[in-house]
Amino acid sequence: MLSATETAGPAAAAPGPAAARTRTRVRSGTALGLGAAMTYLSLIVLLPLAAVVWKSADQGPGFFWRAVTTPDAWAALKLTIGASVVVALVNLVLGTVIAWVLVRDTFPGKALVDLLIDLPFALPTIVAGLVLLALYGTDSPIGVDLAYTRIGVVLALLFVTLPFVVRTVQPVLLELDRDMEEAAASLGAAPWATFRRIVLPNLLPAMVSGTALAFARAIAEFGSTVLISGNIPFRTQVAAVNIFGQIESDNVTGAAAVSTVLLVVALGVLFGLDLVQRWGTRR
Amino acid sequence: MTRVALRAVALTYLALLLVLPVGLIVWRTFGAGLGPFVDSLTTPSALHAFGVTVVVAFWAVLANTLFGVGVSLLLVRHSFPGKRLLGAFIDLPMAVSPVVVGLALVLVYGVGSPLGRGLASAGIQVIFSIPGMVLATVFVALPLVVRAVVPVLQELGEDQEQAAHTLGASRWQAFRRITLPGIRGALGYGVVLAIARSLGEYGAVAVVSGRLVDRTQTMTLFVEERFGNFDQQSAFSAATALALIAIVILLLTKVLRPKGAV
Repeated sequence: MLSATETAGPAAAAPGPAAARTRTRVRSGTALGLGAAMTYLSLIVLLPLAAVVWKSADQGPGFFWRAVTTPDAWAALKLTIGASVVVALVNLVLGTVIAWVLVRDTFPGKALVDLLIDLPFALPTIVAGLVLLALYGTDSPIGVDLAYTRIGVVLALLFVTLPFVVRTVQPVLLELDRDMEEAAASLGAAPWATFRRIVLPNLLPAMVSGTALAFARAIAEFGSTVLISGNIPFRTQVAAVNIFGQIESDNVTGAAAVSTVLLVVALGVLFGLDLVQRWGTRR
Repeated sequence: MTRVALRAVALTYLALLLVLPVGLIVWRTFGAGLGPFVDSLTTPSALHAFGVTVVVAFWAVLANTLFGVGVSLLLVRHSFPGKRLLGAFIDLPMAVSPVVVGLALVLVYGVGSPLGRGLASAGIQVIFSIPGMVLATVFVALPLVVRAVVPVLQELGEDQEQAAHTLGASRWQAFRRITLPGIRGALGYGVVLAIARSLGEYGAVAVVSGRLVDRTQTMTLFVEERFGNFDQQSAFSAATALALIAIVILLLTKVLRPKGAV
């Protein structure tokens, strides 16, 4: 998820003589490009996000706190965090299982299954919500009606976050040398012991980062939950839908306050992930 | 034994979560033949929504492609203080909820802000019209091209570009003849991802467009509006059309994906 930062990292950190020279004097072409990039980023991303944070705070911390703790906003935030934790944990386990099956197992149609994993990234979120509602809604052909329930919300979040853990664990598993596993097995280790002692420690960083990304995506999700949740305050309304409702009813400050909470949580998770990864690579 | 059990768990989960729901929509859409599908997608509202989607996606993808190539060159080929921070800013949109993106743009470009009022008095309406929707789409798809191009550009190195410079090529010539062919695959991959994201964006566009039927309605907004008005055939047809586009894009990314990238 943060690969642009990561890949830019080594180049930025390389203390070559060229880098030392340009640190004192940035080339004029570079300065021009940097200025253009920062202007573009500021107009589209940075200023607008700063405006959200500013708006949430401009009537004082007391107002911010009251806006976040109105019963419906608070319930929406609690549901969002709770559902996202569940979704992250399910992804942690089943995402790893799927990655394992895709790398270590062989069966007809595996390439097709591998291709399907990315479908949730390519499919518009509103379509994701609609397809889930078709199978698990009030007209369910299999008699499972999850429409307007919290389980329905979790299902929608599971759909949109499916690729994260699979796609972070899969390449690590592909690279993993199987010699050690074979050695452990030949020395009499049970398959589970081999997995726990040898495979799991190698996969853990990828599993954690995939799970964190899935969590960050889940708390932000809007489109897929709109239709299936039915938008019932206190029961199925997630934070993004709550924000949308507040914008529609012209309560912009309240919307900005809940938005700020979501932003802070997401950035906290991603920043924590970055720290863990850097700590992991340094070790 | 364990192998078969794990395979069963993985495939059952994928079938229940992904394959059956998507398959059911396609089946229901074409249940009564191709006729209703074509009819519900050729109504004036559907065609208008399709047109709006294409226009918004076109400008957003164009902007993100130009910005993406420029910033990738900046991040890989230039050195300046604060490079890590610039990388982090570019990834920032990934952490922001689409609804928050919409709110953020309304706060800066809506008539409630000095900038929005200034633009409005100059005759430029951003919010509740196409420019705002383009901005929202640019925001959500911002990192995709950069993240696809940066690793390949790093891999490529700058030996050949420098050789071209030594032989008297101008910067533009070196870029067009050496750099661009080198990153073509990765750029294509990033652009295709940006197209998918731009065609499918719902939340951010829902906020900034004001959801005006026949004016600022995109395909995704059309799906939601038709479904809300109990016009299942139109909603399912449009959803299926979007799903088919997504599948084509998926196949394209499979072909274009640079080696080693996931």
